[in-house]
Amino acid sequence: MNITLEQLDTISLRYIDAMSKYSKIIKICCGTGCVSSGALKVYEELKRVLTDRGLIDEVLVKKTGCHGLCERGPIVVLGDEEILYQSVGKRNINEDITALLKTIGENEIVDRLLYQGEDKGKRYISPRDIPFYAGQKRIVLSLNGIIDPEDIEEYISKGGYRALYKALLMEPEEIIEWVEKSGLRGRGGGGFPTGTKWRSCRVAHGDIKYVVANGDEGDPGAFMDRSLMEGNPHSIIEGMIIGGYAIGSNQGFIYVRDEYPLAVNRLIKAIESARSYGLLGKNIFDSGFDFDIKIFRGGGAFVCGESTALMSSIEGKSGEPRAKYIHTVEKGLWEKPTNLNNVETWACVPHIINKGWNWFASIGTPNSKGTKVFSLVGKVKNTGLIEVPMGITLREIIYDLGGGIREDKKFKAVQTGGPSGGCLPEAYLEMPVDFDSLTRLGSMMGSGGMIVMDERNCMVDVARYFLKFLVEESCGKCTPCREGVRRMFEIVNRICNGEGKKGDIQHLEELAHAISLSSLCGLGQSAPNPVLSTIKYFRDEYILHIEDKKCPAGVCKALIKFSIQPDKCTGCMRCAMECPVKCIKGAKKEVHVIDSTLCIKCGTCYDVCRFNAVTIE
Amino acid sequence: MVEFKINGKKVQAEKGEILLDVAKREGHEIPTLCHHEKLGSDGRCRLCVVEIHRGSRRRFVASCLYPVENGIDVYTDSRDVLLIRKTILELLLARCPGSDTIKNLASQYGVFDVRYTKDTDKGKCILCGQCIRACESIVGVSALCMSGKGPEKKVTTPFDEPSEVCIGCGACAVICPTGHIYIEDKDGYRTIWRKKFELARCPKCNRFHAPIEQLEFISKKTGVDMEELLICQNCK
Repeated sequence: MNITLEQLDTISLRYIDAMSKYSKIIKICCGTGCVSSGALKVYEELKRVLTDRGLIDEVLVKKTGCHGLCERGPIVVLGDEEILYQSVGKRNINEDITALLKTIGENEIVDRLLYQGEDKGKRYISPRDIPFYAGQKRIVLSLNGIIDPEDIEEYISKGGYRALYKALLMEPEEIIEWVEKSGLRGRGGGGFPTGTKWRSCRVAHGDIKYVVANGDEGDPGAFMDRSLMEGNPHSIIEGMIIGGYAIGSNQGFIYVRDEYPLAVNRLIKAIESARSYGLLGKNIFDSGFDFDIKIFRGGGAFVCGESTALMSSIEGKSGEPRAKYIHTVEKGLWEKPTNLNNVETWACVPHIINKGWNWFASIGTPNSKGTKVFSLVGKVKNTGLIEVPMGITLREIIYDLGGGIREDKKFKAVQTGGPSGGCLPEAYLEMPVDFDSLTRLGSMMGSGGMIVMDERNCMVDVARYFLKFLVEESCGKCTPCREGVRRMFEIVNRICNGEGKKGDIQHLEELAHAISLSSLCGLGQSAPNPVLSTIKYFRDEYILHIEDKKCPAGVCKALIKFSIQPDKCTGCMRCAMECPVKCIKGAKKEVHVIDSTLCIKCGTCYDVCRFNAVTIE
Repeated sequence: MVEFKINGKKVQAEKGEILLDVAKREGHEIPTLCHHEKLGSDGRCRLCVVEIHRGSRRRFVASCLYPVENGIDVYTDSRDVLLIRKTILELLLARCPGSDTIKNLASQYGVFDVRYTKDTDKGKCILCGQCIRACESIVGVSALCMSGKGPEKKVTTPFDEPSEVCIGCGACAVICPTGHIYIEDKDGYRTIWRKKFELARCPKCNRFHAPIEQLEFISKKTGVDMEELLICQNCK
């Protein structure tokens, strides 16, 4: 039996009716971040207590996807965005459950669970008012944290699969035109116009065509795709079915890394329920169009996020990329025309069909439309997942949403675009964030990782960190990436160890240039970015390391020495007590001294001193 | 037919022809390491990278895989192309300091020494993959593969164990451009890839000439009698 629009409406009404029976709805974030902070325990315990008290038929407790404010997890939202409680059950689960029951039963708001900024100032009741959320524009994440990702009926009740119905009444050509006019560009990093890609795949010769969703997110500190797959899997599936219809493909694949078990499980469940409702399979909405999706679990190699390596991996070969002189839209998976987009790109599609291309095109900058999800991490006060309109400035992201730098230290750089992105200094904080501006400055949008660094981050060390990651994640197929990146690491590592030589900077620049020009795939071509961008904007820091053998940020152990300034030391003994190797000597209320022969340069004394008496030279 | 320029000289080629083949035919020298006439290309070594201009767009492509197009301007010796070649050769020389093949090629491009710590654990293998391709597409047994990734990538037999399918033919060792693959015929036995093969003795001249497993493989494939295959090439 094929599903009809009327049935979708019936499901919606039935769902809304069922929900209206509850006097309260409690949403517990069960994204990976909150689960690791103990969200499942809160969920089970709250359900148990409500059952004991006979309230379980009146109060609905449900699991949702990621809210974004992972740092403050587990997050519990009561009602329709009415009250947000943070860190629930983290300190004392019984006390917090009692507090929740108070709010449920007596509408009493418990102050201590409300969100409060780092400044320990105002507490906020509704998530809508918290600056972290207020500055966002949630389209792709609009239902994240609101719906139960494992309940297809809730997705349907929020308007889900209506875009698919609408699309199947349109001509495939018209859908492609809409996507083109919307200005949607690939969210996985490349920023290639999605409509153009779809059109190329549609016109490519071949009886069998494939569509692929790339969920092989591998950047350190990034969790955009994961949160989307965990929080709203149906939006990705709906986008893929629409894309399949527009392109002329009946088979989709979702490539998701196996290290994301929750995402895998929720996607499997979502696909199964979509099948059982007739939204996947034969003759969807009686349109004559068939489409199904298979999940492919990746083994965790970073390079498999590259489209051709990903396709090799699905084919059962090792994840090595290949030359794209013949594009994958012509010869991709098993040499058939294949259209690959990132999961976030797919999730944009239902919104474009529902609200129209001109609505989507009205958001963002002239060449980058819509919104972008970022994972904001590093030295900002509020870390987490954000969705912002393209064109927002870095300053707005870091200072308004992120709340500024932790401990009000000085901002130094922001790294965008994942490991092969670049580091941008303070001078570019006012720059609008879009595909082209970031690339122009030597960084990139990438898939949306954003790492904020402060004065205590050494930029040479940062370059070394990303190089190390890239050395390990290079697939090793082509010489410049396999051999070149590890030699860049060798040089940078030498500089950090105080063995930098005159000419190292020029050597790095020359090697970087050759690697980026001659590498086979995007990973190798962009691998020099962390080095090139740090040399470009923080050249002085490299020179200090090489010529003066100094690390101004106090990070590179071979180049620093900790000492205590006698005029500032109060003899509080804190540093001596915290020192892991006990190399700080001094009696109470007397000036302390560090024995530099024993010091392991861990920086604990520097961090714990309340009088700024510890200095790094 | 397509028409384009290589180093300013007009050339014609069939549509879909590979740039490296056309350039060689027209007398433009492009060095290669992983390319083989019979085995085709894989784009691994990147030594054949050339510069291509099309309108205002400038890009660098592996000429061993690039199908020629109308109206492109190809430069096989531009400043950047030479930088790429020197860089790759220096990197390979640091990886395989004992390889004469690499040493000779590097010296042709003015690279005599390396600025990096020389590897001691990679032998002469430059990971061109020709051995794997020869084993798979010419011999037809697929006894070799690459394992690991990044700097740890290596050519080996599956799980580093003696391969069940290897017939000891030695095609891999013959095709290896640097002579990395160890093969030894001694006392009636051949040792290759951690596997020992008994060599067949020619009934006419009494010399050892090929692994028995290899002859059995050929006999099975071609239907030629083992008796006949046991006679060496010289005595036939």
